[in-house]
Amino acid sequence: MTTASASVDRKRLRNVSPLRLLLGRPEFGAVVGAVIVFLIFAVLSVLRGDVGKGFLSVQGAAGWLEVTAQVGILGAAVSLLMIAGEFDLSIGSMIGAAGLLLGLLIVQFGIPPTLAIILTFAFALAVGAFNGWLRIKTGLPSFIVTLGMLLILRGAGIGVTRTITSNTIVSGLATYTDNDPVAKLFTASVTIGGGEFKVVLLWWILAVAVATWVLTRTRFGNWIFAVGGSDQAARYVGVPVSRVKVILFMTTAGSAALFACIQVLSVGSADVLRGQNKEFEAIITAVVGGTLLTGGYGSALGSAFGAFILGTTQLGINFVGINSDWYQVVLGSILLLAVLANTYLLRRASGARS
Amino acid sequence: MTGSRDRVPPVPHDTAPFTMPADTAARIAAYGTQAARPPSSDTPVLEARDISKYFGRVIALEHVSLSVRPGEVNCLLGDNGAGKSTLIKTLSGVHLPDSGSLYMDGQAVTLQSPRDALDRGIATVYQDLAVLPLMSISRNFFVGSEPTTGWGPFKSFDVGGAGRIATEQMLEIGIQVRDPSQLVGTLSGGERQTLAIARAEYFGARVLILDEPTSALGVKEAAIVLRHVLRARAKGLGVIFITHNVQHALPIGDRFTILSHGTLAGEFVRGEVGQDELLRLMGGGAELTQLAHELDALMQADPGTIEAAATSAEAVETTPDDAPSPAG
Repeated sequence: MTTASASVDRKRLRNVSPLRLLLGRPEFGAVVGAVIVFLIFAVLSVLRGDVGKGFLSVQGAAGWLEVTAQVGILGAAVSLLMIAGEFDLSIGSMIGAAGLLLGLLIVQFGIPPTLAIILTFAFALAVGAFNGWLRIKTGLPSFIVTLGMLLILRGAGIGVTRTITSNTIVSGLATYTDNDPVAKLFTASVTIGGGEFKVVLLWWILAVAVATWVLTRTRFGNWIFAVGGSDQAARYVGVPVSRVKVILFMTTAGSAALFACIQVLSVGSADVLRGQNKEFEAIITAVVGGTLLTGGYGSALGSAFGAFILGTTQLGINFVGINSDWYQVVLGSILLLAVLANTYLLRRASGARS
Repeated sequence: MTGSRDRVPPVPHDTAPFTMPADTAARIAAYGTQAARPPSSDTPVLEARDISKYFGRVIALEHVSLSVRPGEVNCLLGDNGAGKSTLIKTLSGVHLPDSGSLYMDGQAVTLQSPRDALDRGIATVYQDLAVLPLMSISRNFFVGSEPTTGWGPFKSFDVGGAGRIATEQMLEIGIQVRDPSQLVGTLSGGERQTLAIARAEYFGARVLILDEPTSALGVKEAAIVLRHVLRARAKGLGVIFITHNVQHALPIGDRFTILSHGTLAGEFVRGEVGQDELLRLMGGGAELTQLAHELDALMQADPGTIEAAATSAEAVETTPDDAPSPAG
C-alpha cells in the first residue's frame, strides 16, 4: 500500500476512473444511445411476446443491420468531411444520379457491368472533386455549393433519363448483371439461421474501419482534424488544406456511388428518387456519433453507432407495431438528445475552455 | 478542469496590478543574462530590407526594414493598423512583398508559402491560431509534421511516439502532462502559447516570430510566456516579438522596432530608449498624456462630475496600450 501511494506521489498522478476516460471519447454518447435504443425495442418486443420473431429474430436482425449498414457507409464518409468542417448535401441526389447512370450504361448502352461500375464511380469522384474545387475557389460555404449540386444532380437525373428512356426509372438490369462476378461484390448475401445477411454489411464494416484508421492513425487524419479546427491555423503549419478538402468531398461522393451500386444491382432497377433525404440521414448519423457540427472534433467509429441507432429505430418502430408515421418524430428527438449529450461531453473533455 | 496535470510554479505577485512590478521585470531580464547565451552573431539570421506591401490602393507597408540576430529578441511595436501583421505575414511566407527582399544568413530568399518558411526554420506563433483547442496535445504538437511508422500504404501516424515526445517536451517547458491525448482546450492561454513555442523549438526553428503572444493574457500568464521567450533566446534563436504592450517589450527586448502607419518610426537597441519614448513613437503617447491630464482634472473636480464623466472615461479605457487586438 505504501509503495503504491509513494509511486503515485512521485509521478504526481491523479487516479482517474476508466469511466471518466470513456466519457472523454467522442463516440461515448452514441454507444450509450445505441444500447438504450436497442434495449427499448427489445423490451417492447418482449412485452409483445415477440421473442424469436420480429425485432428479436435473426431475420429481423438481418433487416435492421442492412438499413444500418446502408446509411452507415454514407455516415463514415460524411463524418470525415464534417470533422474537416464541411457539409455535403449533394450525396442524396448523387445516389439517384449514380444509380441512373449505372442503369443507363448497362441497359441502354450495353456496357459490361464491370466497366459501367467503374465509370459510375469515376463520375461520382469527378463531381465530388468539382464540389471541393468550387468550395475552395469561391469561398462559398459548402452548404450552398452542395445544395446547388443536390438540385443539379436531381434535375439532371430526371431530365437525362426521361430524354433517353421517356421514363424516370431504368429497370431490367438483372438480365445483364445476374452472372457478373463483379456485380456479386455488391449483391452477394449469406443466409445464417434463416436470416439473409447482405454483403453491404461487409462494405459498412470496411468503410468504418478504413475511415477510423485514416482519422486516428494517419497524417491525413491529423490534417482532417486540423483543417476542421481552423483552416487558417492548419495552413500556417503547412497542412495542404485544399487537397484535404477535395479528397474528402470525393470520398463522400464515392460513398454515395457505392450506396447506389449496391442498391441498383440488388434491386435490379434504378430510380431517380432513390437516396432522397439520405444526405440528412448521413449528417444525423455523424452528429449522433459525436462529430461536431462545426468541425474539428468527432469520430468515424461513432458514426457506426449513429447508424445503428438510425437503423434499429427505423425498422424497430415497425416491428413493435408503432405506426411508422412516428419514425421522424423519434429520429428528430434522438438527434436533439444526442447533440445535447455530445455538447455536454465535449465541454467536459475540453475543460470548458475551448 | 480535470486537474490532471501540474502547473508551472506560479510567479509571485498574485495580485499584481497591470503594470509589471520593477523587480519582476528585472528578474525576467536577468533570466536571459544568467543563462548561458551563445555569442550573438553579427549576421542577422533573418533580415527584411526595404519591404513594401500594398493591398489595392492601401499602403500596408512602405520601405520597412527589420532584422534579428541569433540569440536576440527584436520587439516589433506598433498601434493597431500600424502594419505589424502584414510585416510578420511577409516574414512567414503568407504574403510575398511587392518590393524589397528577405535575407537569411545574408542570402536572399523568397518564401513561397508558410510551409516553405517553416522548412527554412522560420516558425510563427499566431495569437489566436497558435493551437487547435479541440485537438489533443500530442496531435497539436505534431500537426503538419507528423512522425510516421510503417511503409507504403500502411504508413501511419506514430501516435505512441508523438505522445511520448510531446509529453517530454511539455515537461521540459514546465507543464506536466499526464495524458498527451488530453485536449489542448484544457490548457490555459499562456500554456497554449508556450506549447506553440516549444513545438517551434523542437522542430528546429532558428527564427521565432510571436504575434501578440501576451496580449490576451493576464499578468501571471504573460510572465510564463515571456519566460519562454527568453529561454528561446538563450538557446540562440532569433525572436521577433510583436506586441503593443510596451511593458511586456521593455524587459525582454534587445532591440525595438517601431512601426507607425505602415512605415518605420524608429529602431533602438536596449537601453537607448524608455517607455515614454516608445509609447510616443507608437502613436499612443499623445493620447495617454491627454488621458492623464483629463484624469487629473477629474480628480480635482467634485464627485458628481466624475460620475457624469464615467461614460467617456470608459471609452478612453480601451486605449491601444492594453486592448487586445484581433489584428495588428
